[in-house]
Amino acid sequence: MPAEAMPLRQRFTQGLDAPICLTWELTYACNLACVHCLSSSGRRDPLELTPAEARHVVDELADMKVFYVNIGGGEPMLRPDFFELLEYAVDHKVGVKFSTNGTRLTAERARRLAGMDYVDVQISIDGALASTNDSVRGEGSFAAARTAMDNLAAADFGQFKISVVVTRENVTQLDQFSAIAESYGAQLRLTRFRPSGRGVETWDRLHPTADQQRMLYHWLLERPDVLTGDSFFHLSALGEPLDGLNLCGAGRVVCLIDPVGDVYACPFVIDKEFLAGNVRNEGGFTAVWRESELFGSLREPQSAGACASCGSYDACQGGCMAAKFFTGLPLDGPDPECVFGHGEDALAARDAGALPGAALGHSKVDHNGTPIPVPTPVRFRTRALA
Amino acid sequence: MSVTDERVDARPKEFDPQRRWRVHPQVALRDESFGALAYHYGTRRLLFLKSRTLVDLVSSLDRYESATQAIEALVPEAERAQYTRALARLATSEVIDAS
Repeated sequence: MPAEAMPLRQRFTQGLDAPICLTWELTYACNLACVHCLSSSGRRDPLELTPAEARHVVDELADMKVFYVNIGGGEPMLRPDFFELLEYAVDHKVGVKFSTNGTRLTAERARRLAGMDYVDVQISIDGALASTNDSVRGEGSFAAARTAMDNLAAADFGQFKISVVVTRENVTQLDQFSAIAESYGAQLRLTRFRPSGRGVETWDRLHPTADQQRMLYHWLLERPDVLTGDSFFHLSALGEPLDGLNLCGAGRVVCLIDPVGDVYACPFVIDKEFLAGNVRNEGGFTAVWRESELFGSLREPQSAGACASCGSYDACQGGCMAAKFFTGLPLDGPDPECVFGHGEDALAARDAGALPGAALGHSKVDHNGTPIPVPTPVRFRTRALA
Repeated sequence: MSVTDERVDARPKEFDPQRRWRVHPQVALRDESFGALAYHYGTRRLLFLKSRTLVDLVSSLDRYESATQAIEALVPEAERAQYTRALARLATSEVIDAS
């Protein structure tokens, strides 16, 4: 196909010189323990990038003309150099959109953020009521998030975002989420719940049912102003495509830098299968993005596999790689939430013994609530010389 | 005066190809194989310039007295109407502004 005639979506699937949408998780430290946490966050990793290493990542992003970076965690505001890093990024024309649980977003910090250009804030809630939210994010987390929103509003921050992971329990509250956003002049952002991180354990009971997904699709179609991070493209198989690129951007236009500098194909696949390299290696992030074998293979034409005979493959592209991987489904087959039910059939037929299993990652407790022992670092003591 | 005020003052109601245009000061372009990505730091919008010719045209606008002159210099005659429409769209999304 001549270069000029190639549709843009196909260009994107072959990868760009630099990511469009880069997520950078600054720390695995978190003061909450959400049951669906995609990165199984909790404990700070002792190998976390130092402030100097983090600034070097920003230098690379600026050189690659990455226009903005999505910062998350863990709770990014727990990083002691959080504001310094934000200012460093903005000074280098790398805009920042960061996600926070709001617990550290005091009135004073809200005023500091309001004074910065090119910084967008999104506050996470997973229920429009404290009870719905706190059952996922922990007791008191709804009140803390609302206080953070109040602080941003009082500081005249301008339009911030309210970010919701859609679950079986909160999907009935979409209009209430809209109302909360409207009351602050904020933008609502809904994203798909993937079975990643601690979500492996909770996905079965919390992911929206097939009926709920159809309702969500129609709700979104009527509200193009609601942001989705292009995350519901598997629903586009229901008919008219949802707003967005409608493709899996993993390793093509999207990737993740984790707190220790590991680069993964997307934020939802923190697993060695999808590890492309580390920013500390020679050539840094740039070399990983442009030369990693994994990203090279993702930019090759992908097999539609079991979906090849489905008339909707062009619309949904077989759905989300992460959702398939962590539910033990083949990557070249239907999404577990395939709108035609092919995913449910595949889930019933899978070999449960071959599941990737729960990733405890940096969790502080396991799924029974038992504290996970912290590995003791080996220390070499030098005896003081007399 | 804030940047926003300047932008509002400078923004014409319609795309006038007889005026001199330029890449909006808050817009950054990144070359890609298909053309370029354009990101507006003010509106936070990402747009795609879908041909090399459009990228060259947009980046050269401020070197010509008017957008029409730039188009005449850089775009084959048969495609000029199409590129004029493309510039009008970019003016609406503030990728370019009248200087």
